[in-house]
Amino acid sequence: MGHDHSLNPETMPHNPEKATLEGKNKFLGLWFFLGGETVLFASLFGTYLALKNSTAGGPTSEELFGLELVFLMTMLLLTSSLTSVYAMYHMKNNNFKKMQLWLGITGLLGLVFLGCEIYEFYHYIHGEHFTFRSSAFGSAFYTLVGFHGGHVLFGLLWLSALMIRNAKRGLNLYNAPKFNTFSLYWHFIDVVWVFIFTVVYLMGKVA
Amino acid sequence: MSIATTQNKSFTAALWDYLTTVDHKKIGKLYIYAGGFFFLLGGLEALIIRIQLIQPENNFISAGLYNEMITMHGTTMIFLAAMPLLLGLMNAVMPLQIGARDVAFPFVNSLGFWLFLFGGIMLNVSWLTGAPDAGWTAYSPLSTQSPGHGVDYYVLGLQISGAGTLMGGINFLVTIVNMRAPGMTYMRMPLFTWTTFVVSVLILFAFPALTVGLFLLMFDRMFDAAFFDVTLGGNGIIWQHLFWIFGHPEVYILILPAFGVFSEIFATFSKKRLFGYTAMVFATILIAFLGFMVWAHHMFTVGMGPVANSIFAVATMAIAVPTGIKIFNWLLTLWGGSITINSAMLWSLAFIPSFTIGGMTGVMLATSVADYQYHDSYFVVAHFHYVIVGGVVFGILAGLHYWWPLIFRRVLNEKLGKLAFWTFFIGFHLTFFIQHFLGLMGMPRRYWVFLDEQGLDTGNLISTIGAFFMAFGVIVFLINAFYSWFKEEPSPQDPWGGRTLEWAVKSPTPYYNFKQLPLVRGLDPLWIEKTEGNGKMTPAEPVGDIHMPNGSIIPFIMSLGFFIAGFGFIYHNDTNLAYILLFGGMAIALGSMLARSLKDDLGYHISKEELEREAD
Repeated sequence: MGHDHSLNPETMPHNPEKATLEGKNKFLGLWFFLGGETVLFASLFGTYLALKNSTAGGPTSEELFGLELVFLMTMLLLTSSLTSVYAMYHMKNNNFKKMQLWLGITGLLGLVFLGCEIYEFYHYIHGEHFTFRSSAFGSAFYTLVGFHGGHVLFGLLWLSALMIRNAKRGLNLYNAPKFNTFSLYWHFIDVVWVFIFTVVYLMGKVA
Repeated sequence: MSIATTQNKSFTAALWDYLTTVDHKKIGKLYIYAGGFFFLLGGLEALIIRIQLIQPENNFISAGLYNEMITMHGTTMIFLAAMPLLLGLMNAVMPLQIGARDVAFPFVNSLGFWLFLFGGIMLNVSWLTGAPDAGWTAYSPLSTQSPGHGVDYYVLGLQISGAGTLMGGINFLVTIVNMRAPGMTYMRMPLFTWTTFVVSVLILFAFPALTVGLFLLMFDRMFDAAFFDVTLGGNGIIWQHLFWIFGHPEVYILILPAFGVFSEIFATFSKKRLFGYTAMVFATILIAFLGFMVWAHHMFTVGMGPVANSIFAVATMAIAVPTGIKIFNWLLTLWGGSITINSAMLWSLAFIPSFTIGGMTGVMLATSVADYQYHDSYFVVAHFHYVIVGGVVFGILAGLHYWWPLIFRRVLNEKLGKLAFWTFFIGFHLTFFIQHFLGLMGMPRRYWVFLDEQGLDTGNLISTIGAFFMAFGVIVFLINAFYSWFKEEPSPQDPWGGRTLEWAVKSPTPYYNFKQLPLVRGLDPLWIEKTEGNGKMTPAEPVGDIHMPNGSIIPFIMSLGFFIAGFGFIYHNDTNLAYILLFGGMAIALGSMLARSLKDDLGYHISKEELEREAD
């Protein structure tokens, strides 16, 4: 397979990310990976739900959480998902420059999100004296939200590596699947955040 | 690189070849070597346990060492012996069975193996400083309060090797979905491929729960988190749930591939197609589905209440139905067949009654009310050894005998094979049958000593004698492996009159597997060609260039990086020097990932001309 394709055809196929067997494999493999990630986050959510009232006399979720910042973060991440869709749209039209532009915006939004999260954690730790070690609730909160943040960080590193590596050589059938798998991963991170926003922050304010 | 040159290499070249290989056949061999090694290690630990229990109030080993022994025996046998041996068979056989030239991600395949191996080594390095001693289930607070670093090694070792297994699962799934030969529809796949597929789904959805559980335990032990610390609102039951949400599907991850092996062997040596193929496929899927619904039957005595206990009891009993379907289908495959009895077949035939006993005690244990009596007694030990040894180990040994000619180009010696079988088989029942009664008489599991004059002496003595029979059988099997390698002639391509595609490739299997992808015309494709065609697979494509992946040392280095970082995590609370290991190891691992990402790896092509030069 793939041997008689040039990886740089004169006209790119409509779905360059799935034009080779390697591309198809990457696409399917990432979907399966996300299936496993779902169980990973489900386990973390389950743990969080079991421990969210175990504050051991420390601050509770109602006292801690402020929805303004978290709402802003939600908007940032949701928008970054949209911009990554734009990037994939331009990839399918073989417009490398616009794809890079929208991926760059995606990365910037992710970076601001991460900055907000670091600010939030800093505020809890130094302002509210609510740490990873203060209660089982603290451990569960920082682990769940921190795992998500770690995924965002990994995604940003991944995106930077992809964008810098391919900056000068444009789109081809070898790197198109790589951009596409990144975008799938990024959507998943976004979906997990929607659940965190709901289960951790909204339910934390009304519980 | 032609076949002739691959066989005349210096030792260092061969070593380098195996360190960098991405060929599923070689990775399969590596899994079998490493899994076999850990199987011997786990067996040695079992012998030490049985020697300690040979007589009342024995003091062959200390109580602390005994706890380490039982923990390491269970952990080693499940994670480092049974699973890798099965993954080895899957790697060696499954791509050939579906008519593929390799797995979907050869690089990831290699990475999965090296992660498993380094995880296994990490776990066993703990013997130098004190092994984990909280049981293979590592329940909190035993695990959170275990002094020393034993449980830390357990956490990091399993985390690393578990990541490797997860990758293997994803890899097999994509391979089976995307890379089947023309005509190989889902309902024409051999049962072993089907079970590989279903087991990969189980791995994918079960292992992340273990990953999370291990992270929580790691955070509690190393970073003072409070997940299981009751004084800060933690809850130890969370570990039990996470562990068994992984742990129960794990049982099916082990047994389903063995079911696949038996299905192949019964069909081949009865000279009949598998009876009830469709029912077998759906029973496999049903077992996997129900396998996720029953984890809490390990926790009947925790106090979940009668409603939860009843639901999990009924769900557990329901699994007996698809399993029963399978047992009857195997019996009916044998029925009226032209049966050959050899070593592979003996292991398979012995599996049926042995496993059925294990299944029956399983239904007994599923009765949640009665389970209060059985819980944590030797009855449980007897039950799970009947299913794991009588099912999984018999399956692995049957599969090794059956596929040895494919993997190692030798037919194993029958006399030695039968000697190994009978001693192991008798030893197995001697060891574990009596344990049912020891358990019913009240002997608790995991106890270091028992008192005399409680009616437990004879049973324990018999059990220990049986263990030595089993050890003898394993040694004979090892001798057989070496004997056949040095004394026997290379085996023919298809020594058993096989039915499936792995027997259609020439021997030794070329590194590209199929010069031309075969056209599959039905279930048991090779058998169809033998009975209705000219005995050879019809090619589905003309001879053309074959695209092959490049070998790579990166998987080895990446795994080594995680291995080094693991020591950093374990010792970072003792000395700041450990941070060098932690950050250094992570830098190696992440740097390897970056290198893999930045450097294009386009593989190479075997030209059509070179393929035409090689004889058929």
